[in-house]
Amino acid sequence: MTCAHSSCASALLRIHGLTVRYAASQEQSSPALVGVEFDIRRGETVGILGESGSGKSTLALSILGLLPVSTNITGSMLFENKDLLQFDESAWGTVRGTRIAMIFQDPGLSLSPVMRVGDQIAEVLRAHRPGPRKVRKQQVEAILRDVGLSQGDRIYGAYPHQLSGGELHRVAIAQALSCRPDVVIADEPTQSLDATRQAEILDVLREVNRKFGCAIIFITHNPALLAGFADRVIVMYAGRIVEEGPVPQVFRQPLHPYTKGLLQLVPASLQDPDRTRGQHLPALPGSLSHSDRSTRGCIFESRCFARTELCQSESPREVVPEEGRRVSCFNYEN
Amino acid sequence: MRIEETARHALKPALAKAAGLSKRYVQRAPFSYKSFVIDALVDVEFDIAPASLTALVGESGSGKSTLARCLAMLEKADRGEIWFEGKEVSRSSDRELKALRPKIQMVFQDSAGALNPGFTAAQIIAEPLEVQRRESGARLHSRACELMEEVGLSPNWADRRPLEFSGGQRQRLAIARAIALKPAFLILDESVSGLDLSTQAQILNLLLDLQKAHSLTYLLISHDLGLVGQIADFVAVMQQGKIVEQGPRREVFANPRHHHTRELLASVRLLRSNFRTAQAGGR
Amino acid sequence: MKYLERRVIHGLLLLIGVSILCFALSAAAPGNFFDEMKLNPQISPSTVAGLRARYGFDQPLVWRYGHWVESVLRGEWGYSFAYNCPVRSLLLVRARNTLILTGLATLLAWLIAVPLGVWTANRRGRWDDRLSMASTSLLLSVPELVIALVLLYWAVRIHTLPVGGMASVDFGGLGVQAKLFDLALHLVVPVTTLVLASLPLLVRHIRASMIEVLQAPFVQAARAHGIGGARLLFRYALPAAANPLSSLLGLSVGALLSGSLLVEVITGWPGLGPLLLDAALARDIYVVVGAVMASTLFMIFGGILADILLVAVDPRVRLGKV
Repeated sequence: MTCAHSSCASALLRIHGLTVRYAASQEQSSPALVGVEFDIRRGETVGILGESGSGKSTLALSILGLLPVSTNITGSMLFENKDLLQFDESAWGTVRGTRIAMIFQDPGLSLSPVMRVGDQIAEVLRAHRPGPRKVRKQQVEAILRDVGLSQGDRIYGAYPHQLSGGELHRVAIAQALSCRPDVVIADEPTQSLDATRQAEILDVLREVNRKFGCAIIFITHNPALLAGFADRVIVMYAGRIVEEGPVPQVFRQPLHPYTKGLLQLVPASLQDPDRTRGQHLPALPGSLSHSDRSTRGCIFESRCFARTELCQSESPREVVPEEGRRVSCFNYEN
Repeated sequence: MRIEETARHALKPALAKAAGLSKRYVQRAPFSYKSFVIDALVDVEFDIAPASLTALVGESGSGKSTLARCLAMLEKADRGEIWFEGKEVSRSSDRELKALRPKIQMVFQDSAGALNPGFTAAQIIAEPLEVQRRESGARLHSRACELMEEVGLSPNWADRRPLEFSGGQRQRLAIARAIALKPAFLILDESVSGLDLSTQAQILNLLLDLQKAHSLTYLLISHDLGLVGQIADFVAVMQQGKIVEQGPRREVFANPRHHHTRELLASVRLLRSNFRTAQAGGR
Repeated sequence: MKYLERRVIHGLLLLIGVSILCFALSAAAPGNFFDEMKLNPQISPSTVAGLRARYGFDQPLVWRYGHWVESVLRGEWGYSFAYNCPVRSLLLVRARNTLILTGLATLLAWLIAVPLGVWTANRRGRWDDRLSMASTSLLLSVPELVIALVLLYWAVRIHTLPVGGMASVDFGGLGVQAKLFDLALHLVVPVTTLVLASLPLLVRHIRASMIEVLQAPFVQAARAHGIGGARLLFRYALPAAANPLSSLLGLSVGALLSGSLLVEVITGWPGLGPLLLDAALARDIYVVVGAVMASTLFMIFGGILADILLVAVDPRVRLGKV
């Protein structure tokens, strides 16, 4: 199955059979990504859900062509029908930051500590849209307003260490949005924030998606952040896509045991009357370790509550249980 | 049950206590007479009941970590008192501190940075035992393996080095090292923040198990009220160096007094309710 | 207290310390200027004794030091026995010449080392980086003396470059442009020696600092935003490496200065080097002390200059947050 959607002809970004193997792990034959395929349509929001080690970040870096040169990459990544994998550095220059942009996890690290944040946004504009400095400054201030930073002057002239956590996150978003990209990849953009700031940042992203129509790929380990935010969710495990579907359907009725496990991690409520002191939180047993990857069977078998003998010896194929959904699990093969 | 629990805690004297604790950092800029004053702690009054789990939440820069380091005797406050096991300890001599330190242990957020990358897992856990001359020789290694098992790490990994472990496993290693000296009080500074939801839950469950086994007292510092609020007995909220809210979890959650707490709780609830709505089939 | 004031006071204390040390060492060394005079049969013992008394050599060391300090405050910096004039007039010319040499050498060395270090860091492991690493380690193992001698030999062979001194015989009669050209020709050998001698360490340090910065997340992020090439290297990465590099600048000024003393002697550059050597051999101690003080002063200014640069580049330092 290459495409779960009826509308795949209109896909903005089509990733097909993407397999990524880092140079160091060549002999161990444990690729970071295995046969990943999915589409991103114009203006949609897609959540990529998985634990660290699932290949989320490798996926983000490959979409931006930022993997080390020694990495072995196969498959194709069609962006407006041009294969990004065939691009050289100068061709990438016309895509990175202007057509496909990225918001990094920790803006405290992804912004230069020795440059004014306004200049850092202006640098992105300068790289893609040559023009006079004065105009650029106005553009930057307009972008800052778009992400809810109204005190443009103060923010423009500030260094990262002079801004609060929430402000820094908005600056990082502004930087990614400065050239009005078609696709924005957000890698755990709210991890280090408290609940209030987290909700604010999600609102900002929702707003820019609505206003500028850029597609958002939201990478996270926390399903709760995708609710009410993403249209679609792609669940990844050990470099593979194990389930995909619209957020409401997947959250209401998860198919893959891994998805079920992740969803039950979101606490029921703040005051769970049935929880007694010292009672365990719901947890997913085991961890995504490297030993999982060499198996002939299902990659999730060792942590699965519904495993059978078949799961040890064979890898499940992808099935389409209903329009727009897919899952790789023997429970749904008939 | 919950209310009795709280009442029981309240009757016992606090294990650790801060009274009127203040700490100010002054930084000077070169080539100017200006100096920057940061009030990290402002008259902090803070109680930690024995065998309880207290969650301390607040934004970065709110003074949580300074309070933690002061309670752990890693830093001296400018003013105020720190009580531990019924004694005022903030002006202890070096010798008294040496006797005190094994009882108060700290686990940091960045486990990769806090663990010596050149040591093996067993060496890391054994180090405090060796320094305090609690064990030696073969007993040392077997004790380290026991501790690994206790925190859910296979003793087969005793020879691995920190970078060969995943983030969650490294945090377990840091916890094993912290409990090696059988402390009474464990301070965890953002120890689960950088981890996946699944790993966070596993580590918090481990902490609950260890508490049962060793009647440990925890101070769990985090920016994520939704996460640590789930298992805390007490919740304290910090903002700009002040504790703006403090009390049993139920009371704080049911009846938050400070607007910052109310805001935090509202946001956590919003995220949760969005999720419930999605699960129920809506958007 | 303001930072600059602190630095100046620190520098003054350093100067006082160095001067005391110099006096103590000169007293501990055997013999003085007048001992050699005694050996000269043309000078009568009473004349020598008179001179000794005039310059206070029959007084205790502390008195002489106090006397010297007073003369420093008067702007004389002691008196040269050999040249028979106040030390200041000697020092000013010589210090200026040394400043021209080391200033130019420092400037050139950094102008070459920064792009080279940045470039090779970016090309780490490729052929050009390897070539640069190999040649710098070769240069590193050659002493300054050998570099200077090879260059002098080469200058003698090609005939177009003057060997020794800082001006031609007809210097006084030349126009301004011709004067500058003449000076430049004389500078070629000593400056090249100093640059070649200091380059390897600078390139390697800059390369190492840059490699570290290039791996920083914010450089990766800038790449992801489509910023690349020279802009990424020089606008993003280089300023972030300012902290280690500015301390390197302070150190390199010191290294070049001590290197230049030797190179000046070999290439006959009339700077502090030959003056110090002659004075030390003749036990002309006030000149020795003065030359050492001038060198120390240069080092202090080098350090302050490095700090000012750092503060200008790195806002974390400027705004008191590191």
